[in-house]
Amino acid sequence: MSTTTKESVKFTKETYLYWYELMLLLRKFEEKAGQLYGMQKIRGFCHLYIGQEALAAGCMTATKPDDTFITAYRDHGLAIAKGITPKACMAELYGKATGCSKGKGGSMHFFGVKERFFGGHGIVGAQIGTGAGLAFAEQYKGTDSVSLTFFGDGAARQGMLHETFNLAMLWKLPVIFICENNNYAMGTSVQRTSNVIDIYKLADAYEMPGDSVDGMSPEAVHEAVARAVKRAREGGGPTLLEIKTYRYKGHSMSDPQKYRTKEEVEEYKQRDPIEYTREKLVNDFKVPESEIEVINDRVKAEVDESVKFAEESPWPSDDELLKDVYIQQDYPFIVD
Amino acid sequence: MANRVIQFREALREAMSEEMRRDERVYLMGEEVAEYNGAYKVSQGMLDEFGPKRVIDTPISELGFTAVAVGSAQNGLRPIVEYMTWNFAVLPLDQILNTASKMLAMSGGQVGCPIVFRGPNGSAGQLGAQHSTAFESLYANIPGLKVISVSNPYDAKGLLKSAIRDDDPVIFMESEVMYGDKGEVPEEEYLIPIGKADIKRAGSDVTIVSFNKMMKVALGAAEELAKENINAEVIDLRTIRPLDWHTVLESVKKTNRLVIVEEQWPFASVSSELAYTIQKEGFDYLDAPVRRITSADAPMHYAPNLVAAYLPDVPRTVKLVKEVMYLKK
Repeated sequence: MSTTTKESVKFTKETYLYWYELMLLLRKFEEKAGQLYGMQKIRGFCHLYIGQEALAAGCMTATKPDDTFITAYRDHGLAIAKGITPKACMAELYGKATGCSKGKGGSMHFFGVKERFFGGHGIVGAQIGTGAGLAFAEQYKGTDSVSLTFFGDGAARQGMLHETFNLAMLWKLPVIFICENNNYAMGTSVQRTSNVIDIYKLADAYEMPGDSVDGMSPEAVHEAVARAVKRAREGGGPTLLEIKTYRYKGHSMSDPQKYRTKEEVEEYKQRDPIEYTREKLVNDFKVPESEIEVINDRVKAEVDESVKFAEESPWPSDDELLKDVYIQQDYPFIVD
Repeated sequence: MANRVIQFREALREAMSEEMRRDERVYLMGEEVAEYNGAYKVSQGMLDEFGPKRVIDTPISELGFTAVAVGSAQNGLRPIVEYMTWNFAVLPLDQILNTASKMLAMSGGQVGCPIVFRGPNGSAGQLGAQHSTAFESLYANIPGLKVISVSNPYDAKGLLKSAIRDDDPVIFMESEVMYGDKGEVPEEEYLIPIGKADIKRAGSDVTIVSFNKMMKVALGAAEELAKENINAEVIDLRTIRPLDWHTVLESVKKTNRLVIVEEQWPFASVSSELAYTIQKEGFDYLDAPVRRITSADAPMHYAPNLVAAYLPDVPRTVKLVKEVMYLKK
């Protein structure tokens, strides 16, 4: 992927094409997931990533496949970006046996260890520490892989963050802490959660490098992550990146969103990263509209296929109830 | 006097609001309780009435704000702490277990902790493993705490008011899937004492004990059994700690059979404790082994068929009752 220099990075047409197709796939997948939730094909909690796609795009081009990702429950976007197929993701949303977690996890718990995606996690902030643990293992094994550890602005107020930051700096763990600041912890704005509203400054207390990044720009995300990854690979330890993004949709599917104005949402949509990237391709790289259409069609087909796959897949068998609880195959469960 | 019908969430809100009007020391703290009007609208309108000093939004910092509430309880206030789900209260378990429950003992009786920790508990549809644990038996294991787990608006209001007035730390468990349930609740003030079970349906053939939303399974099974002329007595424990085994024993003396339905995991559960006590105190009255239906001995999975296989249900309860009655099929 693209190499970075400190000041200006020239990204290739191929990079923009990759970003465009990836972000569009995440967007279309999520739009479909939202529809299917309305049709009750998808149940439980469902947190959509729409609006935050540039973050996934920039992180992907700034890392290599062996680097690990771990995130919270708003996990569809990063899971697909990391390489879990839309089919396996959609099947998981349905609760089908062919899902990426065998239908056992659901929306909040996508896993793809083969793809180095260590899960969507449901308890706010817990994965901050676990992500540092993933990095600890890479350091221990002597690889040059790094851990991208994602969490929201709400999670930044958990004690877990502070304990983990201290340990990660103490042991110079190869972890990039990525705060996806979409400005709202459910219905509570960042301003209402702390005296410190620049979350990246929380790194200062541990003398950890920290930076604020424009999360609507895949280029800005790429550059910041690439710098942090380089430092981590070279043994320089962790970085905190506060990536300012925005979710166009509610916290979950049941959120009336009375805490923000429609105008605010519209303002961010004006800076939509997918539209921006499309314009870049057409205007700067002279990519013909017909080529864009080919991508659009391919994405649509992929999403449609994922739904068909999920629809046609079987439910897990009932005896899966007591499977995947222990590795031990003959564990003596209590069965009354 | 004609009773009103109100929602579960309204009953809880009335309990909190009435106690806050009565006692200046009582306040409500938790995530999204104020400006958002509660994640499940339990505290709707309370910010407007009581203001931000007494209805307090917190960041997502369960350990921190629980510690602040516990400290304030030790220093003269009477907090109500709302958790968006008891699944998020595992972080502050340290404060509840190691501070709130033990302070009275450690201080030789000098410092108590009059506090209510409340919120929805257990599963609520296909929410996956991390949002579906039922914690009654875990908290009931802890000396120093009282544990209440309610099944309907009337009990919820009366018991929450008693919990707020109680001088000891109280765990109060609700359910996401019951907040919209409606039930009769009198206009007049009333309290329900902590530690008293309630016979929700009288019967003579078998005793079915349950609590929280599994009461629906217990009562549903009793309905089914009635069609076959089996009269089940259904007891709602309402309080888990202290456990009102006397009411259960009196029923068993009449029915000679006991089936317990609960959402806990089976190991060291509420049914384990109750079954032990009933066999000890009522051995001569039992005509069959005490039996139970719990959640499966596993984390709850997401797929709908696995959710159904995990939870107790009416058909399995009916079948088990027939087993303890030695009826075929």
